[in-house]
Amino acid sequence: MKLTACLMGASALALATAAHATELEVTHWWTSGGEAAAVAELAKAFNASGDTWVDGAIAGGGSTARPIMISRITGGDPMGATQFNHGQQALELVEAGLMLDLTDVAEAEGWREKVFPPSLLDACTVDGRIYCAPVNIHSPEWLWLSNKAFEEAGVPVPTNWNEFVAAAPALEAAGKIPLALGNQAWQSNLAFGAITVAVAGLDVWKSVNVDKNMDVAAGPEMAAVFEAAANARLLAAKSNVQDWNQATNLVITGQAGGQIMGDWAQGEFQVAEMVAGEDYTCLPGLGLNTYLSTGGDAFYFPKNDDPEIEAAQKRLAALLVSPEVQVAFNLKKGSLPIRGDVDLAAANDCMKKGLEILAGGNLVPSGDMVWSPDVQNQAQDLLVEFMKSDMAPADAHAAWVEILSSGI
Amino acid sequence: MAAARRPNALLRNPAAKIAAIPMILAVLFVFVGGTIWTVVYSFTGSRLLPRTNWVGLDQYERLWGTSRWLVAIENLLIFGTLSLIFTIGIGFLLAVLMDQKIRFEDTFRTIMLYPFALSFVVTGLVWQWILNPQFGVQHIVRDLGWETFTFDPLNDPDIVLYGLLIAALWQGTGFVMCLMLAGLRGIDDEIWKAARVDGIPKWKTYLFIVVPMMRPVFITTLVIVASGIVRLYDLVVAQTSGGPGNASQVPAMYVYDYMFQAQNLGQGFAASTMMLLSVLIVLIPWAYLEFGGKKGRGRG
Amino acid sequence: MADVMTSAALQAGPRGRRPRRAFSTSNIVIYGILGLVSLYYLLPLWVMVMTSLKGMPEIRLGNIFAPPVEVTFEPWVKAWAEACTGLNCDGLSRGFWNSVQILIPSVLLSIAVASVNGYALVNWKFKGSEVFFTCLIFGAFIPYQVMLYPIVILLREMGLYGTLWGLVLVHTVFGMPILTLLFRNYFASLPEELFKAARVDGAGFWGIYFRVMLPMSLPIFVVAIILQVTGIWNDFLFGVVYTKPELYPMTVQLNNIVNSVQGVKEYNVNMAATLLTGLVPLVIYFASGKLFVRGIAAGAVKG
Repeated sequence: MKLTACLMGASALALATAAHATELEVTHWWTSGGEAAAVAELAKAFNASGDTWVDGAIAGGGSTARPIMISRITGGDPMGATQFNHGQQALELVEAGLMLDLTDVAEAEGWREKVFPPSLLDACTVDGRIYCAPVNIHSPEWLWLSNKAFEEAGVPVPTNWNEFVAAAPALEAAGKIPLALGNQAWQSNLAFGAITVAVAGLDVWKSVNVDKNMDVAAGPEMAAVFEAAANARLLAAKSNVQDWNQATNLVITGQAGGQIMGDWAQGEFQVAEMVAGEDYTCLPGLGLNTYLSTGGDAFYFPKNDDPEIEAAQKRLAALLVSPEVQVAFNLKKGSLPIRGDVDLAAANDCMKKGLEILAGGNLVPSGDMVWSPDVQNQAQDLLVEFMKSDMAPADAHAAWVEILSSGI
Repeated sequence: MAAARRPNALLRNPAAKIAAIPMILAVLFVFVGGTIWTVVYSFTGSRLLPRTNWVGLDQYERLWGTSRWLVAIENLLIFGTLSLIFTIGIGFLLAVLMDQKIRFEDTFRTIMLYPFALSFVVTGLVWQWILNPQFGVQHIVRDLGWETFTFDPLNDPDIVLYGLLIAALWQGTGFVMCLMLAGLRGIDDEIWKAARVDGIPKWKTYLFIVVPMMRPVFITTLVIVASGIVRLYDLVVAQTSGGPGNASQVPAMYVYDYMFQAQNLGQGFAASTMMLLSVLIVLIPWAYLEFGGKKGRGRG
Repeated sequence: MADVMTSAALQAGPRGRRPRRAFSTSNIVIYGILGLVSLYYLLPLWVMVMTSLKGMPEIRLGNIFAPPVEVTFEPWVKAWAEACTGLNCDGLSRGFWNSVQILIPSVLLSIAVASVNGYALVNWKFKGSEVFFTCLIFGAFIPYQVMLYPIVILLREMGLYGTLWGLVLVHTVFGMPILTLLFRNYFASLPEELFKAARVDGAGFWGIYFRVMLPMSLPIFVVAIILQVTGIWNDFLFGVVYTKPELYPMTVQLNNIVNSVQGVKEYNVNMAATLLTGLVPLVIYFASGKLFVRGIAAGAVKG
């Protein structure tokens, strides 16, 4: 590690004449077509400012990538910058003093005033100091519907989750899978979260996840959510794909009626040249409660002995939040920007729906922000088992409450 | 040995001792040290970084109360038992067939053994493709006219283990066959002659004379295959990622996920300690059988 | 001579009755079964090759077992040089060269260490050497997961974490048990008189190793090389845990590329990538023939 730092220091010294050209290795798990294009925007902007972006993409999603990132940081071989979902994923790294304090950058750039919703910056804050630069907002609570599938089944396209459930028998009669759901654990977890917001509503979500009120978690509203999820798993019984985008593909081709997936599914419909409203329909908050939980991605900067690298890290942090980069990146990514003062005129209909909800402030914090990764992981293990087996809703509910209680 | 003849053995042959330093370091720091370290820290509440906040048996209590771990253990037992029976059974049968003075023995062996040269990742990906319901075996049988034929192990929680089993057998049986064949060829020719003179049928000779004589080979194979099964990781990651649901979870995945993904090192250490324990259950009786009676066997 | 001893088991030839007629019932049964079994073993290889030579439209319509109507090498080109992980669109080629860079020092180092070790264990026993050896053999069976994290710490303390040499070291350590066993058994099978004669001539530890042992041990070195090359090439876990993306070995990169979510899954590219990754161990395997068999048999049975 010392050697690497030394070498990097030496190379930085050698290049000192050419302004401040420093190489920063940036690790992330953005590997799909749209995501890679978005990362290219970040790299372009960083390179244009005189530094060099060394791309360290790790495929297989966050659950594959995060272990690698964490073991590298704790293993003493830190990268220049790394993506995490903002919230508690990097909390202990911050507490162990392994992350660079960005408070001075944040103050100089006025993040506190500009980042919207402010909860994004709160998720970066530990003991009053800021440790990450948020780059985008993700909302997972979307229902994507294939207009073609419903047409062929002879029923109107639903406008909310309840209508969707009611239309399911017609879809099945037409030989279609009502709900597409990939096998990976996080997808079941995501679907469950979306159903929670939609069926139980904002207040229940907040008291369970923010106030951590376990009486509400064990109460009848959540029992109804588990019933609804048990219903959903019946609709998804015939879905036999692994990846989320394969499931999206079932919707695109009209083999499945719908899919619960985050706003990033948008990119797949775009690639397939489908038009929102004509070929497919998107229902934020499953059409019942137009609230979105706003998780997202943020960059953290592991501490480094070399002042040259530290300076470059701070330059990158400032750059990521700047309006130009926010627009370029988020348009490519199909996600929402983290500041309210940028113009996204080029956004499509579904993205605009999301922007409206964002502007209206109908937001809840995401699970990543309020629960530790340990609790999240256990809940995910439970929910995927629940969604992919015939576990009784009451049993799953009880086990779920127990997991959440252990995390308080 | 040369060294034993003279006194003051500690200072003699410094070169030999220097040469053994890598082994000594590896044993002390990695195999023994690392193992003890993990076991010790499994009694802590370490999260993302190892800490010595002792929590007693809490991690183990939680582990054995976790549905995913229980599923993983159950899978390991089912998969392990089937895999042991089938690899050793099929391996032995194939070895017997190969031992019948057949033509093209080398060709057959080459065919059966080549999967063993491939990694589990490659194996998992190939079988994932062959078992793909949209394009693979199921699709083909349906095209042949059997419209209702359903064989989709990778998406059916009830039979997903068999999907893994098919791939694991493909990769490993050739290897076991080779071990068994070597064992068969190691049987003294006189035994066969005597059996033939006595008019004992061939299958009886195999079953009642050869198999008992090959006991050491069977035991060694059992230990190798069993310790491989406990470690099973790459194949599952590549073929099913533990799904659908938790249906094909294995302990090694639990360890990795909790150590690094859930940022709960203590839980991961507790789980890996349990893996160690399960290996020791297989290993200690074997070591006792294998080495117990024969002390100081220096030369083969 | 020693050569004969190690491989005696395999070269002694088959037992049982000689075949009487070419078409006896038992022959038909034997060849029938072996033929069917061979089909099961060959099927995946066939499917891999066929799929990798088809275009995506043909895959969607056709039968995975059918040969391609129109042969295309594009998936191979794409898998080797164009498939993307993030911004790095250089396919598997980078992983290939990484694997080569990891492989060569790992194989050399692990074999050098283990052969000297095996030699010391047989001819230069010292107090406690057998204890360490027994621990080492036990080490071969300990699940890697148990030692995963302590090694992260060890490598960090040595400043090797995330570097190529860190991974080389890990491969050397984990190759040690089986290789030491292999060499120990081999050197033990050499006649002791050779060693004694060299001692009388006044040769020392290294002198005997280089001038007496090495020249006699070519076959066992070849076996060890085969074992290590395939083992290290196929490693996934250590590659994932102890390196960084730019140093990923090919196996890890294969899993990355196949699991990179990019619109529709390109099965043909995936299969070409899978085949490419399997090519090195396959070539080693087919080229080495019986030596490979002897390696695994010698390493395993004589424990």
